[in-house]
Amino acid sequence: MSIFRSLQTILIFLLFYFIYSFFIYTQEAESIAANKIITPLAYEGRLVFQKYNCISCHQLYGLGGYLGTDLTNVISKKGAYYVSAVIKNGMLKMPNLNVEDKEIIALIEFLSFVDSSGVSPVIEFETEWYGIITPKTKK
Amino acid sequence: MKNKISLLFIYLSLISLLFAVLLGCLASFQYIYPNALTGILSFQMLRPLHVSMVIAWIFSSALAGIYYYLPKIVNRPMYSKKLTYFHLQVFVITGLLILYSYFTKSFGGREYWAFPPYLSIPILVSWLFLIVNFFMTLLNYVLFSLSENTGFMKTRIPVYIWMWSVGILFFFFTFIESYLWLIPYFRENIVRDIMVQWKSYGSLVGSWNLLVYGTALYVMDKISGKSISIGKMAYFLFFLGLTNLILGWSHHLYILPTAKWIRYVGYAISMSELLILARMIWLWKKTIKPPEKGKYYLPYLFLISADFWIICNLVLAIIMSVPALNIYTHGTHITVAHTMGSTIGINSMILLASIFYILYDSKIILEEDKGMQVSKKGFWIMNVSFFIFWINLIIIGVLKSYYSFKGLHHQQIMNLLSPYFIGFFITGICLFIGVLCVVFPILNKKYFNLFS
Repeated sequence: MSIFRSLQTILIFLLFYFIYSFFIYTQEAESIAANKIITPLAYEGRLVFQKYNCISCHQLYGLGGYLGTDLTNVISKKGAYYVSAVIKNGMLKMPNLNVEDKEIIALIEFLSFVDSSGVSPVIEFETEWYGIITPKTKK
Repeated sequence: MKNKISLLFIYLSLISLLFAVLLGCLASFQYIYPNALTGILSFQMLRPLHVSMVIAWIFSSALAGIYYYLPKIVNRPMYSKKLTYFHLQVFVITGLLILYSYFTKSFGGREYWAFPPYLSIPILVSWLFLIVNFFMTLLNYVLFSLSENTGFMKTRIPVYIWMWSVGILFFFFTFIESYLWLIPYFRENIVRDIMVQWKSYGSLVGSWNLLVYGTALYVMDKISGKSISIGKMAYFLFFLGLTNLILGWSHHLYILPTAKWIRYVGYAISMSELLILARMIWLWKKTIKPPEKGKYYLPYLFLISADFWIICNLVLAIIMSVPALNIYTHGTHITVAHTMGSTIGINSMILLASIFYILYDSKIILEEDKGMQVSKKGFWIMNVSFFIFWINLIIIGVLKSYYSFKGLHHQQIMNLLSPYFIGFFITGICLFIGVLCVVFPILNKKYFNLFS
């Protein structure tokens, strides 16, 4: 491949990368719930989530560590009181990280916000004939 | 002649590799005894420490290669010696600050980049030093060739030059992209935030893969004595890697409620990519032949082993790219097996091949050195233990998926998987012993004489 042709092809790829990125950034999600804007308290909770590096053990939509459970739908599954108690006291493999009460309130708000945006567990999905999966609740 | 900056990067990379595997073993121990070491090294510290050391290993060893090979290719030194040292210094100092932030539990709390966001600034600055130095070296070479009327524009450039150029540029873009969450528009919607995270991390891995695969092609050229890197297949590999970098990340999004078309693109591109890759590996195997007896034998061994790991990872990638199957593998240790297969199996084998090639080429190590026999044994210990480790991870993933589908609670699943976590830890220790055997003989100061 000549130098000019290689350079030309690379520049086309580069241009495509930026245009494609722009489309990705500006796309709306598939449901109203998934398009919701974070509340100030939930945003505080998100910073608490980052402060204690929760992602090292836990996942959100499958992104994160594997020692702890996926937290995407933990609020609807276990309830806010249960989750608050576990954060405050720790449980089995979950250490007590000495999270302050007001931080726990914000964290619960954040997890509730995530919970309302979609579903993550395997059993909540079904498969189309061509291989794509869709959440059962959305059908 | 010794290339000191390259050797310093090699030294740094090998130490990072040793710590990366050791910290990984400690983290796996906490899967068995979660309360072990929690006072000193909790899992929330161990995981980012392990990940950061792995990233340091990959980048410093890839950079060692680029700083060694580029002056040889263009037959002139790097544009600025000072910039190469600034790059190394900022790289090391930032690395130490990142470690300090983890030990003091000052987290930025993002996946992979768990350090505070302000530490990303020196990383970008050090990368800018590399960009300037790399491209100015190339530019000077092009200008010189044009002025000498050597018919340069008609020559075919080895693809590794393009791979390194594009990999270096794309790391810069994708690293910035991974910090877009600092802008309210990106962080105010959780689905968009997670999507951009996957996109940036996927592309970022694609960018370092270009650096690593470029290195592999250079070493393959030198070992075989052929110009594989100017052939159509090599260019095909490059553009495939570039396509993967731009589009391939979206197979991580199958469960995320993003716009549907993004998931369809992910599905389509993953399928076509895998078919092409399978064909390419089939052809590529024919191009690599055993080197003359004794000459560059270790780099050859590591390249062959990378080939084996490409095939293993390909099978996993096929499973993970089909949404109907991905739903069972996503968020399980099958994803970890895929990541480990790529970083240890493919990238690390290629990078170790490159390091051994540089050390042989610089006459720092010789085939008859006793230490090389230890390294060869280490190669086998490393590969066999890693294979068992990898299979163990897949079994954990399959079982986790099966138990999750049956509706078992996370804690119940973790208890049922305990025996496999013990296997995970033991094979991890064997892997560490293998890496130690490979690395220790070449870390011996008498070979390097860097500080004399």
